[in-house]
This record gives sequence, C-alpha cells and structure tokens, in this order.
Amino acid sequence: MEKFVTLHGLVAPLDRMNVDTDQIIPKQFLKRIERTGYADALFYDWRFLADGKTPNPDFELNAPRYQGASILLARDNFGCGSSREHAPWALHDYGFRCILAPSFADIFYNNCFNNGLLPIRLDGKIVDKLFHEVRACEGYALDVNLPDQTIATPSGEVISFEIGAFLKERLLNGWDQIALTLRHEDKILAYERARGII
Amino acid sequence: MAKNIYEKIWEAHVVYEQPGQDSILYIDRHYVHEVTSPQAFEGLRLAGRKVRRPDMTFATMDHNIPTTDRSKPITDALSRKQVETLRNNCREFGIRCFDITDTRNGIVHVIGPELGLTQPGMTVVCGDSHTATHGALGALAFGIGTSEVEHVLATQTLLQRKSKTMQICVNGTLAPGITAKDVILAIIGKIGANGGTGYVVEYTGDVIRNFSMEGRLTICNMSIEAGARAGLVSPDDTTFAYLKGREYIPKDKAWETLISEWSAWASDPGCGYDRTVELNGADIEPQVTWGTSPEMVAPISGHVPHLSEITDADRRAAAARALEYMGLAEGTPITDIPVNKVFIGSCTNGRLEDLRDAARVVQGYKVDSSIDQALVVPGSQQVKLEAEREGLDKIFREAGFEWRESGCSMCLAMNDDRLNPGDRCAATSNRNFEGRQGKGGRTHLVSPAMAAAAAVKGHFVDIRRWAYK
Ligand code: SF4
Repeated sequence: MEKFVTLHGLVAPLDRMNVDTDQIIPKQFLKRIERTGYADALFYDWRFLADGKTPNPDFELNAPRYQGASILLARDNFGCGSSREHAPWALHDYGFRCILAPSFADIFYNNCFNNGLLPIRLDGKIVDKLFHEVRACEGYALDVNLPDQTIATPSGEVISFEIGAFLKERLLNGWDQIALTLRHEDKILAYERARGII
Repeated sequence: MAKNIYEKIWEAHVVYEQPGQDSILYIDRHYVHEVTSPQAFEGLRLAGRKVRRPDMTFATMDHNIPTTDRSKPITDALSRKQVETLRNNCREFGIRCFDITDTRNGIVHVIGPELGLTQPGMTVVCGDSHTATHGALGALAFGIGTSEVEHVLATQTLLQRKSKTMQICVNGTLAPGITAKDVILAIIGKIGANGGTGYVVEYTGDVIRNFSMEGRLTICNMSIEAGARAGLVSPDDTTFAYLKGREYIPKDKAWETLISEWSAWASDPGCGYDRTVELNGADIEPQVTWGTSPEMVAPISGHVPHLSEITDADRRAAAARALEYMGLAEGTPITDIPVNKVFIGSCTNGRLEDLRDAARVVQGYKVDSSIDQALVVPGSQQVKLEAEREGLDKIFREAGFEWRESGCSMCLAMNDDRLNPGDRCAATSNRNFEGRQGKGGRTHLVSPAMAAAAAVKGHFVDIRRWAYK
C-alpha cells in the first residue's frame, strides 16, 4: 500500500455536512470490478451538469483555483452512509491524499487507511477558520506532517492533530495488513482449536 | 463484574491483543455480495492467497439484479459481468453462493437471519453498511470496506479497536399503528446522523422487548443511519423462537443446550454503558423524512421546518440545500406532501411482517391515480413465496401495485428500478440521500403501512386514523 509521511498540498473546500458516500461516488460506478479508474466518478452528480460531461460551474471544487488540490477540507460526518470503498478509491484517483473534517463516519475512516489516504479530525472552530482562509487566499496550501502530527498553515501557524498510534504506523510504513496479520497465523489456529472450530 | 453484550462478544472473539495496536478479532460469519467483493477476490488471486474458511463464508446476489423475470439473462452488460464474477469467484474459492435462481436468494441482510446463519454471540461482517441488521439476533455485526473483506477472506479475522457502547432505551407502549421504522427514525431524529459515531448501540426497553424479531431487524438495520457501525438486541425467547427450525441452526446440539449457550450472551443486569439515551414509546408518532439525511425527519402531525427554527449554522445550511433539492417550501405540513412513486421493500422493511402491514392497509383500496408507479419488492425469495402463499401478492396487484422478484431494487437503484428526476417517492428503505433512488429523485422514508397509505391517497396521511377494510 502507498505510504503517507508528509504532504505539501493545495486545499479545496467542500462546505457541506453529512457528505455521504453515495455523493462521493454514485451507484452507477459501482458496477465495475476494478480497483482504480474512478477519478471522473468523484462527486459526479455535483461536479457535472445533467449531460454528465459539462463541469457544473456552481460546484466549488470545479473552480480553476482548486485544480490540482490534494487536501480536501470538509464538514461534519464526512463519508457517512454506504461502506463502499469506491469512495476512498475515487478521492485518491482524483488526487486527494488528505481530508480534514470535524468528524468522519467510522467505516469511511477505516477505509481511508487501507488506501494511503489520511483523514484528520480537527476541532470545528479550526475547520471554520480554515474554510475562511482557503477562500480568502488563492493558492492556499498546507503542510501536513504525519510523524509530528502537525499541519502548518501558510502564515506559519502550526495545528496539531490526534491519530491512533497503530493507524499512524500503518500509513507511515504502507503496510500490507493481511501479511501483518498472517504473521500471527499460529494464534488464529490456536483460537480455532480452542473453540472447536477445527 | 456485570458485562454488556458487546463486551462479552468482543472478549470471546479476541484472537490476539497486540500492545499499542488494534486487536485481531475472529469472524464467525462473512457474507459476500457482488458489488463490494470483486476487488477483494482479485487481491487474493494476485497475492496467491486462499479463503481461509470457505465454510464460514456465504454469498448472495442482490444489489445489481433485475426484479423482473429471472429466467431471462441480465441485459445490463456491467451488471451481468459483476454477477458472473461473483459466481466464478465462489466456484474458484469454494464458497456457498445463493445464486439468482436459488430459492434461498435474497438481500443479504434478509437471508442471513432467515436461514439461521446469523446466531446470538457471533461476529458477523459483510462489505455492506447495513450489516448491523444482524445485531437483532444478538450478534455483533458491522459493515466493512473491500480491503477488509479481503482481509477476512484471507485470515477469517479483522483488526479492530474496541468501540464505546451506547444504550438506547425505548420504554412505555407504542400507539397502535406505530412500527419499528417509526421508532428508529425517531431515534435518528433525536441523536442525529452522527450521534452514534464511534459507538456500538444496544437497544433496550419494553418497546424493543415487545417487538417481533422482524421489528428488531428493522431497528438494528438503521443503526448506521445514526452513525453507529453496529446495533444489537440481547437475545431472549423471541430470538430463540425465531431461530428454531431454521436451516443452518446446528443440528449436533440439543435445542436446550443452544438456548442456554445463546442466553449467556445477553447483557448482565446492572451492566454499564458509555452513554444512555432514553425515549418514551408513547411519544412516538408516525415519522416521515423531509430532507436528504435520515436525521431530517418529522412526525406526521408536524411540518417541514422553517429555517429560522434551526439554530446551528451548518445544520441550517444543510436544511436549506435539502429543501431546495426536495422541492419543498418551509413550513409545509407533512400531510400536504404529495408523492408519485411508492417503493415497499429493502433490507429495512422487505420482510413478511412488513408486507402484511402494507397489504392490510391497501386491502379493498386502489392506488391513487396520481401515482405513476407503486412497487412491492420482497426482501428474499422465501419472503416472496410465503407472501404469495398468504395471498398478499393478489391484494397488492388488485390495488394496482407491481409485484416483483426479490432484491435491493429501488433502495439504491443499481438495476432498472429507479426514480426519474423530480419524482417524489414514499419509500420503506433506509436512505434519503440525494440521488439515492435515481438522479434527481426525492425520497421520503416511512414505514410500510405509511407508504401503502400514501399510495392510496397520493400524499402522506396519519396511519393511526386509517379506515381498514
Ligand atoms: S436493500 Fe438497500 S440498504 Fe439494504 S443491502 Fe440492499 S442496497 Fe443496501
């Protein structure tokens, strides 16, 4: 899996709460059996007009100033609803590597870590402030440092964030989870024997 | 020390507690469907891995399949490919698959309980957020992503952090006509769409105890709509009576032995929770959602909110967007909202009791002329067969409903059953997100009886005053 250590990236705002995974990637794109190739499906119903091709000029993410963004600034309960991992796949394929929000839905949050995406929970007031700064300043970029658990703003302000030690290790090393668990196969076997499963 | 059901199931399934890391948790049942599994099987192939416990893994096709004639091939090429991919993967890896023509086929969260595959005290996962449904049987059940599906296939375990626990206690007595759907919508309205984030919920109280298993399945199903990955009900006599005689109940143990083993999973008297929320059942009215999040819900006697009533700025902005999408004016009485489509089905409300409730309402009535389509989609083939045996299909057909084959259907509109832009639908499913039932479609979540009544009247009505024929 792709590692995440540090990131210097342009920030794009998505100023809506309860953004569900049906919005992140609508169902018609879930029929594919591949793991990549979802960049154009991201926020499809919001990003494009009814013809499905023309970018919707009213959708903030489409503004020229946010093209090439790798950090998404979002609101409460981001990624709620369906467990579809197509959501982090689409965000990743589009170019996002980090998402900032006051809260994330549990399944989406976990899915991010299996795809080299870093979701960061920040206090609602800090998020408010970042929304303000992003809009006020074209080319607004942040420096995310996972080892130090900090985000540096262009003015030099440093915001620290919390993350589980294990999740952090996984992203820093890009570990293959399955290989990691299979190192404990003897314990799985012992468990199965003890329960009489085998 | 007194323990709650989550603590008991957790402790019994920890394979290895890694210092400073997530625990390795053993999984007893892994359900697989066609939409969230292809990439997981492909991952196994690429790494040269096998499925560790094919005997604990069960597959069904439900999301992408047509609800029309099953003997015909699936016309949508991508859907057909996905269904074939699951079929081939199951064959290659030795997994039991309830294929489209199998009488056991149905929505994964309907057939798991129905076949007796889900049992008290189990850990149950599926690449699907409504896996919480199975918690109604006293199992710890939750949805996972596709990478985790691959992890479970390869190792029969999952890496997990322990959740906090929340008790949601609904006491008192419900008014006649109030169903489990109204109760869970009222709960979500109270705690919000992320009120349960980070928690596993146990539903307790007289109202929950008095529900049938089907009602409990409806409640647990929508736990995720409040943000909780899992919701459970401690097993009791209702649970055991429901499970008795089902196909996958162990045959090598005496029934009394099973009951005593299962009973032991129930929460101990006096156990603790990190948070408790209480509702009075008597206060709960029939519920109707008016917005694009399940938390945007009002009682039938209420109205669409005035934006000025909402104090929180983010919530007010969300409500304004929702009203625009839904094409509703502030302050509209709920009973004035017309619908032109009706959908009865899904893993929330596609079981026999739901269909009976709806049929009782429509019996002797006709679907209103303003309704363009009224669909009944049973949750499984078994539900369909039993309903037909009772003659429910005839009641629906005579009233002007379409009676379909089982599947997810218009709950997420991956097949041909979908809303057109601007359609307004009374739906018994679980999500009213923008575009969920079809791009530009507007969804109002309600109970089966309320959906049936809306089909007859062309707008929402108070089911408590229905003139049953
Ligand atoms: S019925 Fe709807 S919610 Fe349930 S599993 Fe199918 S798509 Fe998901």
